[in-house]
Amino acid sequence: MTPAAEADPVLSVRDLEVSFPSEAGRVHAVRGVGFDLYPGRTLGIVGESGSGKSVTSMAVMGLLPDYAAVRGSVTLGTRELLGLDDRQMSEIRGRELGMVFQDPLAALTPIFTVGRQVVEALQIHQDLDRNAAWKRAVELLDLVGIPNAAARARSFPHEFSGGMRQRVVIAMAIANGPRVLVADEPTTALDVTVQAQILDVLQLARAETGAALILITHDLGVVAGTADDVLVMYAGRPVERAPVGELFARPRMPYTIGLLGAVPRVDSAERRPLLPITGNPPLLVDLPAGCPFEPRCPISVAECAVEEPVLTPVSPDGEHAAACIRAGHIADGRVDGAAIYPVPRAPVAPAAAIPRERRPAVLELDGVSKTFPLLKGTLLKRRVGSVYAISGVGFDIREGETLGLVGESGCGKTTTLLEVMNLRAPEQGSIRVTGVDVSDLADRRQERALRRKLQMVFQDPMGALDPRLTIFDILAEPLRAVGEANRETIGRRVDELMELVGLDPEHSDRFPTAFSGGQRQRIGIARALATNPSLVVLDEPVSALDVSIQAGIINLLNDLKAELGLSYLFVAHDLAVVRHISDRVAVMYLGRIVEIGTVDEVFDDPRHPYSHALLSAIPVTDPQVERTRERVVLRGDLPSPTDSSPGCRFVSRCPLHPALDATQRARCVAETPELTGAGGSDHLNACHFR
Amino acid sequence: MTANFPGPVPTVDLGAEPSTAEKRMTRARLSRRRLYLRRFLRSKGAVAGLVILGLLVLFALLGGEFTPYSYSDVDFAGLTAPPSPDHILGTDSAGNDTFAQAVHGLQRSLVIAVSVSALTTVISAFVGAVAAYLGGTTEKVVLGIVHFLLVVPSFLILALVSQKAGGDWRVLIVVLTVFGWMYNARVVWALATSLREREYVLAARFMGVGRVRIVLRHLIPNIGSLLVVTFTIGVVATVQGETALSFIGFGVQPPDVSLGTMLNDGADTVSSAPWLFYVPAVLVTLLTVSMALIGDGLRDALDPTSRSGGGA
Ligand SMILES: Nc1ncnc2c1ncn2[C@@H]1O[C@H](COP(=O)(O)OP(=O)(O)O)[C@@H](O)[C@H]1O
Ligand code: SF4
Ligand code: SF4
Ligand SMILES: [Mg+2]
Repeated sequence: MTPAAEADPVLSVRDLEVSFPSEAGRVHAVRGVGFDLYPGRTLGIVGESGSGKSVTSMAVMGLLPDYAAVRGSVTLGTRELLGLDDRQMSEIRGRELGMVFQDPLAALTPIFTVGRQVVEALQIHQDLDRNAAWKRAVELLDLVGIPNAAARARSFPHEFSGGMRQRVVIAMAIANGPRVLVADEPTTALDVTVQAQILDVLQLARAETGAALILITHDLGVVAGTADDVLVMYAGRPVERAPVGELFARPRMPYTIGLLGAVPRVDSAERRPLLPITGNPPLLVDLPAGCPFEPRCPISVAECAVEEPVLTPVSPDGEHAAACIRAGHIADGRVDGAAIYPVPRAPVAPAAAIPRERRPAVLELDGVSKTFPLLKGTLLKRRVGSVYAISGVGFDIREGETLGLVGESGCGKTTTLLEVMNLRAPEQGSIRVTGVDVSDLADRRQERALRRKLQMVFQDPMGALDPRLTIFDILAEPLRAVGEANRETIGRRVDELMELVGLDPEHSDRFPTAFSGGQRQRIGIARALATNPSLVVLDEPVSALDVSIQAGIINLLNDLKAELGLSYLFVAHDLAVVRHISDRVAVMYLGRIVEIGTVDEVFDDPRHPYSHALLSAIPVTDPQVERTRERVVLRGDLPSPTDSSPGCRFVSRCPLHPALDATQRARCVAETPELTGAGGSDHLNACHFR
Repeated sequence: MTANFPGPVPTVDLGAEPSTAEKRMTRARLSRRRLYLRRFLRSKGAVAGLVILGLLVLFALLGGEFTPYSYSDVDFAGLTAPPSPDHILGTDSAGNDTFAQAVHGLQRSLVIAVSVSALTTVISAFVGAVAAYLGGTTEKVVLGIVHFLLVVPSFLILALVSQKAGGDWRVLIVVLTVFGWMYNARVVWALATSLREREYVLAARFMGVGRVRIVLRHLIPNIGSLLVVTFTIGVVATVQGETALSFIGFGVQPPDVSLGTMLNDGADTVSSAPWLFYVPAVLVTLLTVSMALIGDGLRDALDPTSRSGGGA
């Protein structure tokens, strides 16, 4: 199936090179990218951050700053785009090229209604009168799934949720029937359920306009589900190109193989350790000769350092190409039959031998609720209601156990963590840490003693480390906070901690800026372990990291848990990660736990309609599975939790609800469902009918 | 050479486990202070500024040794005399030796300017940061006081009080400090309110670090660049403020002299007796330049993201 036979490419990129001046020297952000894009097809571009994906798309769109040096050729149809001036380019942008950005808010003007912005996009390029343009705008908004489009067109961007804004941006991008749509990380800022909707809308928009789509993402699952062809980028260069099925089934380049081994699979109960790629991507200044992946490649040979390999066909039809001098030896993710990446040993937790009921609980929450005042007015704030951030949350975590907390953003995960970390009596309910009820804490001394047992790892590895302190001071801080004053003891412990998380103790007198994202997160973990805690609370600890780095952190967390007998309370929006690391999982919706149980029970047999939808929204890194499985796409967005009337909070979006009979539907609205399980099982869910 | 040629199976030991031998910090660990010092000294400008300031201080302390006159000695034989072997920098209209006056005036101005600027910086940093970190009622009360003090006509009060005290330079320090910290405190507060939301502040709180400690260790150092600028600008501004006060007759009073009073007197006779103006002017310029250079160097040294950090 060679698309080349069917039509000419709409967009051809050849030998594209982009470099920027910087204080350290020229940054060669893109070094020789080439591809052909055919009408109606989707090209996925994947790679870690900084690999040059965005710069490539900006070069195609003509959106690079003036100081960027661009070479090569970009032809749209028969027209060369490089070298066109600003006016000519903006003529083409919007009419023949449509763009969807990661941050929809930045792409919309806050002071105009969304309808007006779509009208503007239409009128720049088409000769339409006001009424016709408005009518067309409403049609477009309706097409991308804005409910009640005629009325909502008069709303301002801030009145929309992130997913709705992204729909508006897509509507603007397709307003003039472009030939090529470029989407740069269009779903990265969104929740999985919304991501699934947006990917559907993008495909719909593509089908509607017959455009070709360039989809840029770091998420292999997204690529597996939507792309026809895939280009893998590394250090500004394409290192592998293939049709999607071929790439996932028979990757031929060690970096691609590493990426595939580094992502956990949400559809598998197997818990083999992930394959981390050691090291970091190279700086794009003064790259040494040879393969840019060489320092991280486990199978490099002497020749690798001599000359940079170029993309060379590796399949008979020439559709699959890889840039690796050993590609001829690589099959099934192995080189000459031997594994490319050493498989780390799976850690065995001693606690796992003891049944759960016999292990002591390190954290117990019972009916915990928290409300925030809902304020109105700019000058004098008055309370007009309450936000029920969490209500009646209860769970327990046993020694050596990991509980994953999942749900869309805004569902109360972080509030729950902060309630635990605050060590204050909650508004309602009770919190016990290692058996001590926090409302019994009499003074700061007792509080400090309990803090020793409870530590936290934060999401942003940069923000969580004070940039003015050295790593030594950062790691010493929790020790000093619990009253350790001996410099000698602190010094020894800091060395131990650095060692424990795989960092060189010699580097402890550097500042955080000297470390990469993954290393900083290791420092954050070391700090949490300083006082030998029983429970570590982790708020999205890997979401800011690239997949290859993320795998190393996840393995580290698993090893530490087994070695030190830790318990984790783990929050992540990436459900594959949650499945990989958790023993038990609790699904939250609008401040309530709707389902809780062991991770395999919940993932393989979700009972609550919301868990079902949430889990089915996650993309799987396997094109075969991804394209054949059935997905439940939820309607709408998360409502805001300002209503405390009884009834199931999921009723507005529940896919099961419309199928019920009238009396049953009435019950959903009138009666709050309790967490219950079948028989004596501890797999509980809060739906009347499941 | 880009062909996929057959290569040997790599000699990477795929089953190798990391060595379990314990690693230790072998060399002495550099403390934060040492690191900052090293980074500061790496900047040539900062070192130059430090040298100029050092020379100024030496001049103020030891300059008196090089002249037989004291700043208050009057030589009736030479009124408004140009520089000569007898009076190396000449004399003023009252017959005072300009060199001796410059030594004394610099001493006076340095003490006033450095102490006022240091005190206002410390007070504004602490008040602003504490108000921001504690929030709630404390914040409201502190901001109320700051805003009140900002609207009272401080210059008037300052003038009155300093005149009552007969131009005593110690009173001047107190008065300039009392009315000088509010504006900076507000700026510090605004900056610190954004810092208190940072995750590392939250992290410290969850570790059980005390409130005062959080302010001192996390908030204040992270507004360090601002404080350094505040301090260096403060030194220069105080010299000018004191000059202005002297000009309307409220600052340092004769027979005491400061660079401010000397500049004022010299400005009237800049064409007839230029040495009376240029001597203090050169000293003020040197002081300003040295503070600016030191300020820049400190700011870069304190900012771990700046390039002067190098590998430190
Ligand atoms: N406007 C710019 N000025 C200077 N350097 C830039 C600019 N935009 C991107 N870069 C650099 O180009 C490289 C590739 O960036 P990018 O294409 O954004 O990567 P990706 O999209 O794959 O994450 C990075 O090293 C980045 O710092
Ligand atoms: S060329 Fe060499 S270093 Fe590069 S990926 Fe292939 S084997 Fe590894
Ligand atoms: S109780 Fe009703 S609305 Fe709620 S999840 Fe079950 S079926 Fe849906
Ligand atoms: Mg990008």
